Amino acid sequence: MRVHAKRAGALLGGLLFPAWSMADWTLNMAPGVTGTSNEIFSLHMTILWICVVIGIVVFGVMFWSIFAHRKSQGHKPANFHENTVVEILWTIIPFVILVIMAIPATATLVDMYDTAESDVDIKVTGYQWRWKYDYLDEEFGYFSNLATSKDEIYNRLDKSENYLLDVDNPLVIPVGKKVRLLVTANDVIHSWWVPAFGVKKDAIPGFINETWTRVDEPGIYRGQCTELCGKDHGFMPVVVKAVPEAEYNEWVAEQQAAAERERELTEKDWTLEELMERGEQTYATTCAACHQADGSGAPPAFPALKGSQVVLEDMDAHLDIVVNGVSGTAMQAFGGQLSEVDLAAVITYERNAWGNNTGEMVTPKEVFEYKNQE
Amino acid sequence: MSAVADTHAQDHHHHGPAKGFSRWLLTTNHKDIGTMYLIFSFAMFLLGGTMAMVIRAELFQPGLQIVEPEFFNQMTTMHGLIMVFGAVMPAFVGLANWMLPLMIGAPDMALPRMNNWSFWLLPCAFLILVSTLFMSGGAPNFGWTFYAPLSTTYGPPSTTFFIFAVHIMGISSIMGAINVIATILNLRAPGMTLMKMPLFVWTWLITAFLLIAVMPVLAGVVTMMLMDINFGTSFFDASGGGDPVLFQHVFWFFGHPEVYIMILPAFGAVSHIIPAFSRKPLFGYASMVYAVGAIALLSFVVWAHHMFTVGIPIAGQLFFMYATMLIAVPTGVKVFNWVATMFRGALSFEAPMLFAVAFVILFTIGGFSGLMLAIAPADFQYHDTYFVVAHFHYVLVPGAIFGIFASAYFWLPKWTGHMYDETLAKTHFWLSFIGMNLAFFPMHFLGLAGMPRRIPDYALQFADFNMVSSIGAFMFGATQLLFLLIVVKCVKGGEKAAAKPWDGAEGLEWTLPSPPPYHSFTTPPEVK
Ligand code: HEC
Ligand code: HEM
Ligand SMILES: [Cu+2]
Ligand SMILES: [Cu+2]
Repeated sequence: MRVHAKRAGALLGGLLFPAWSMADWTLNMAPGVTGTSNEIFSLHMTILWICVVIGIVVFGVMFWSIFAHRKSQGHKPANFHENTVVEILWTIIPFVILVIMAIPATATLVDMYDTAESDVDIKVTGYQWRWKYDYLDEEFGYFSNLATSKDEIYNRLDKSENYLLDVDNPLVIPVGKKVRLLVTANDVIHSWWVPAFGVKKDAIPGFINETWTRVDEPGIYRGQCTELCGKDHGFMPVVVKAVPEAEYNEWVAEQQAAAERERELTEKDWTLEELMERGEQTYATTCAACHQADGSGAPPAFPALKGSQVVLEDMDAHLDIVVNGVSGTAMQAFGGQLSEVDLAAVITYERNAWGNNTGEMVTPKEVFEYKNQE
Repeated sequence: MSAVADTHAQDHHHHGPAKGFSRWLLTTNHKDIGTMYLIFSFAMFLLGGTMAMVIRAELFQPGLQIVEPEFFNQMTTMHGLIMVFGAVMPAFVGLANWMLPLMIGAPDMALPRMNNWSFWLLPCAFLILVSTLFMSGGAPNFGWTFYAPLSTTYGPPSTTFFIFAVHIMGISSIMGAINVIATILNLRAPGMTLMKMPLFVWTWLITAFLLIAVMPVLAGVVTMMLMDINFGTSFFDASGGGDPVLFQHVFWFFGHPEVYIMILPAFGAVSHIIPAFSRKPLFGYASMVYAVGAIALLSFVVWAHHMFTVGIPIAGQLFFMYATMLIAVPTGVKVFNWVATMFRGALSFEAPMLFAVAFVILFTIGGFSGLMLAIAPADFQYHDTYFVVAHFHYVLVPGAIFGIFASAYFWLPKWTGHMYDETLAKTHFWLSFIGMNLAFFPMHFLGLAGMPRRIPDYALQFADFNMVSSIGAFMFGATQLLFLLIVVKCVKGGEKAAAKPWDGAEGLEWTLPSPPPYHSFTTPPEVK
């Protein structure tokens, strides 16, 4: 009873204050920061005004009839029911307006489809429910996960400014360069959208879609997945950080070095504690969405790992499921998504967390060998 | 032999409807079947509406409060499916059953036994569909558009039941459509040429052809899903060489004509109601017929406007953009004709007229946002945001649903023999009108500000309009119970209705008493 009362109180309090103080009453599309988004914005405004004008004329005539031609005012009905000239006119005039609209729309579209001569190529892959960015020429890549905590989502903590629009690792791009995005997906269809760029492209398994953008102002730009992709569709934001070219180059060099360090980590001798620590993090970002933080899953869709036979017994079966996935289910092949270190860590973690105290561990080297056995 | 048949026929005429439950289970009477369709559709409207209330309650403020994301997705999916296939389509079939024979001077529908069958399939289909909510893994959760592979490889176990339900609905719709076509083409009163048919008859004739053309396509696409899920094929599974985009092409080849199936009969009904309460003949009858024909034909070549972001080649993109924009021309003609009908009439505003006028205004707003969505580059920003949700609710709620309410009030006196309570009906209208606009207009702003559709939780900048929208939705939802009250009151009693309760109304249905005899026109009337 008391809990309910508290919840009701929190609901009522939360209802009026935090949400409203953050919110704004935005009415219209924003022009955005790229040439494309500006062109789209002006198309949007043109068609909007055309609709408003047509609306005023049509509804004007209608409201005039409603006020002036009422039976209660004693208005006597006329008896006309056709007029060829008028009917032809109101067929042709809208047609002409449409042609006028179609011209700039076509030009913008042609421009949006021109992905040639790019400076940077990035592959964007949609996963349930996060994005992966691979820098094709620079040979590194990483996942980008939602960074909003469950406590905020379930109203146990105040919501931060970028609630649901924050990620751990944003996509970083250089300003003033043509960035070509190759968009695809690993499981179901997703859609990658940054409103400020005017870029939205579906990420479809088995297809590689191309799109591009050129951002002139440095800044952080936020968007979301816009194609229903399952349970956490509302929880896979897109965040892009546009930085000056020098800063971008520095960042790329850092990433390449980090990737190199990561490869070295595979060689290192890991202890159970180290693996558990790392595994907990990997588990939270990669697996908890389905199997839950406490390993209880959400049966029957997502099995519990706590007390699971696969996890408690045969190590090879456990490796197989995590590395190769279970085809035809939401359990993906993580072999290609996670590094050997992360795979070893997460498997070790699963075998020792939540009372699964097997005491067993698997090292990155063993995972590497497993992946390359064939 | 012939003597036996004769006495049987005599029996039938004198005894009227059978008594008890078998009257409804076994009936072949177009009015009884029409009534059942209408009751069924209203029940589904309330069920789908309840789900909409769950959705709006969760979206009342940011954060997850009431339902988990899995269940939220089931709610949006079931809401969409139930509203489209359970509320709107059966309501129009119910109106067709009641009104087509009365309007064309026929004794009944042409294929009465099939009529019974096509109705009774529907409760079966929906029983299966709704039962998926209680299955392990839950109900379909992939949106009413059920895009593969989310609905195949990644779908819940209940998907197979969903497919079965869609098949049954499809069979029901196709049989209903065949019946409509057979009735209209064969049972018209002498003298009623095609170009003298009332517009509701015309729009239903065209709708029926659309149904026959696209329901098999829907059946095809769900069968491909069934094979992928249960028999190891890979139509839509990229890892087996299949093509997820193929799904969307096939689905929308059905889906776009489907949206016209949900609006054309309403066009027809409104074309009766506006002249009746303007006391002036419909402006541009012939152009109305041609416009509906043009819309129906164009509706087959615009499907990919739902797919501007999937990456179709630019030539395809341009073709579908131009074709879609073209639909605005015949649609505009219809709106201009309605306004010209009102112009210099002698207008009065009883409930059917209020709903019809709101239909014209609000449907036109939905048409405007539709035109904006047709502009492919702009659609990259609008697609799959709340702008789209606003758009299709403006064409479906004040379009299809208000068209149905307008028809119900217009013909209730004919159906029941009593006048409905005008004050309550006007209250129903105004509360619906305000609630509906409060619920759906802010969704335009939300979409333009960047809120995606089908999300259970949202960023903070969307908070205020979502709250407004939810309040409007609760208001609209609650108001619909008033409609139930009005109809029950009207069926039970009330002021006796004359054969023609509306002084400006035209058509054969008004030449019969209110309520009409159990068998409509036993001798065909003459149309001059
Ligand atoms: C998108 C949802 C999803 C994510 C994310 C996910 N899994 Fe799974 N997992 C599943 C499903 C579904 C199954 C059941 C597959 C089947 O039907 O056999 C499963 C099964 C398993 C099993 C076998 C359990 C058993 O008792 O059969 C293990 C082990 C497992 N997952 C580990 C992981 C690990 C480790 C991660 C993170 C790296 C992970 N999963 C991430 C959905 C997921
Ligand atoms: C009672 C008033 C209604 C309310 C408050 C309402 C509310 C909503 C909302 C909020 C959504 C968006 C869900 C989301 O994207 O997360 C939605 C989706 C939808 N609604 Fe309604 N709706 C109502 C009536 C109707 C009617 C009458 C119809 C059809 C005739 C309809 C058809 C649909 C469809 C097809 C969808 C899309 C479902 C999907 O995304 O798969 N709605 N509705
Ligand atoms: Cu998504
Ligand atoms: Cu369409």
